[in-house]
Amino acid sequence: MAETSTLNNELIITKINTIFVEEFEVDESVISPEKNLKETLDLDSLDYVDLVVLVDENFGFKPKAEDFTTIITIQDFYNFVITRAGV
Amino acid sequence: MNRVVITGIGIYSTIGTNLDKVRESLFNGQSGIGFEQLRKDFGFRSALTGVIEKPQLKGILDRRTRIMLPEQGEYAYLASAEALKMAGMDEGFLDKNEVGILYGNDSSSAPVIESNDIVREKRDTQLLGSGYIFQSMNSTVTMNLATIFKLKGVNFTISAACASGSHSIGIGYVLIKQGLQNAIICGGAQELNFQSMASFDGLGAFSIRESDPTKASRPFDRSRDGLVPSGGAATVILESYESAMKRGATILAEVIGYGFSSNAAQISQPTVEGPARSIMMAMRDAGLQAKDLDYINAHATSTPIGDAHEAKAIYSVIGDLNVPVSSTKSMTGHECWMAGASEVVYGMLMMQNDFIAPNINFENPDEDSAKLFIADKRLEKNIDVFLSNSFGFGGTNSTLIIKKFKK
Repeated sequence: MAETSTLNNELIITKINTIFVEEFEVDESVISPEKNLKETLDLDSLDYVDLVVLVDENFGFKPKAEDFTTIITIQDFYNFVITRAGV
Repeated sequence: MNRVVITGIGIYSTIGTNLDKVRESLFNGQSGIGFEQLRKDFGFRSALTGVIEKPQLKGILDRRTRIMLPEQGEYAYLASAEALKMAGMDEGFLDKNEVGILYGNDSSSAPVIESNDIVREKRDTQLLGSGYIFQSMNSTVTMNLATIFKLKGVNFTISAACASGSHSIGIGYVLIKQGLQNAIICGGAQELNFQSMASFDGLGAFSIRESDPTKASRPFDRSRDGLVPSGGAATVILESYESAMKRGATILAEVIGYGFSSNAAQISQPTVEGPARSIMMAMRDAGLQAKDLDYINAHATSTPIGDAHEAKAIYSVIGDLNVPVSSTKSMTGHECWMAGASEVVYGMLMMQNDFIAPNINFENPDEDSAKLFIADKRLEKNIDVFLSNSFGFGGTNSTLIIKKFKK
């Protein structure tokens, strides 16, 4: 069960990274869990609107604006999606 | 009063995606019209349309910029980039000078329809993403291009139906002539998607000569049966003579006349008097007589009434002078909001290359076009001065007169 969960988590992270590369056009080499999400993806307020749509389309739930107040690093974002996508 | 000159032109159209290709198409009388099955599938009376190459902007514009641009905005960007390059206006110039933008655009249907389809399905506006609002507004072209090129001057859209592109050049000319701006990016853009033309198709104004698409647009011809919708974008860089001389720019031509009028009549039916007044006003503004015109680029869209009324209006001004007339819509179809700007670009290409593009498919005149010299074949001719007409729903008329540049 734990192995399945780890596998799912890896798939989610891979999918998130693919979104970062394909939709936000960042180089894969700059993506690192400890890095700041906003700065790495160069997100402005409009980009967050698009990020909500992408999460909904890819993971089946819609983040709220306030969710992003506690998401600082890319790892925070991974954890957020993993937690919510698994519910 | 300032003299107003043209220092750059650019085009993205169904007869070519840059100036070189368009010049070649005009020279050869090449049609850009085709048949789109999708329109038939959606119940269109006519599946005829201009056919355009989809631009690939990935790698040219960043993601944020691309998300904001509707179809016609992409065409307008490429046409304007070509025109700015020709004008020698780079980032540094745009940063140091108050260059404006006045662009003709009168719809942005596809994003409006697509976003409403999403909301209808998902019942949640937050799942629309950030782009649709900026793509949907009528001012989408000017808001996007002013942002992309970081412009600091006048910035608004002119919506005047099928005269939008022409009025944008006319108003730009007035602002520069008055000394309010030194340089303005003028133009017109038109979306080509089927959504934007469904309600227009419903009026029965489009040609149904579907068996022979390239023969369908036949302005002034006796057997014309309607227009063919088309689109793209065209840009004309206007600048004060003083500004152009000061920076050593190559001056391509001079705008010497602008005329306009309103028909005071029915919303969709053209008149003779309204266009005639527009032409006369432009002639007075330019200080010209009919004998001074070397070429008239007609508005003529290939509708039975519209072409007949324009032929009468032109004849009322030029009489039997036999000034060559052609409608480039015979090749491009009706480029609607873009047409007034693109037809100035087409006229400029003819002026630069000493020919008059043919009014293709003109085989037999009717009683009105018989009184005019319609150029049914390409003419080798020096053009010093040409006149361009554009008319639109609601009876809005615009006429521009362009002259080869002489110090």
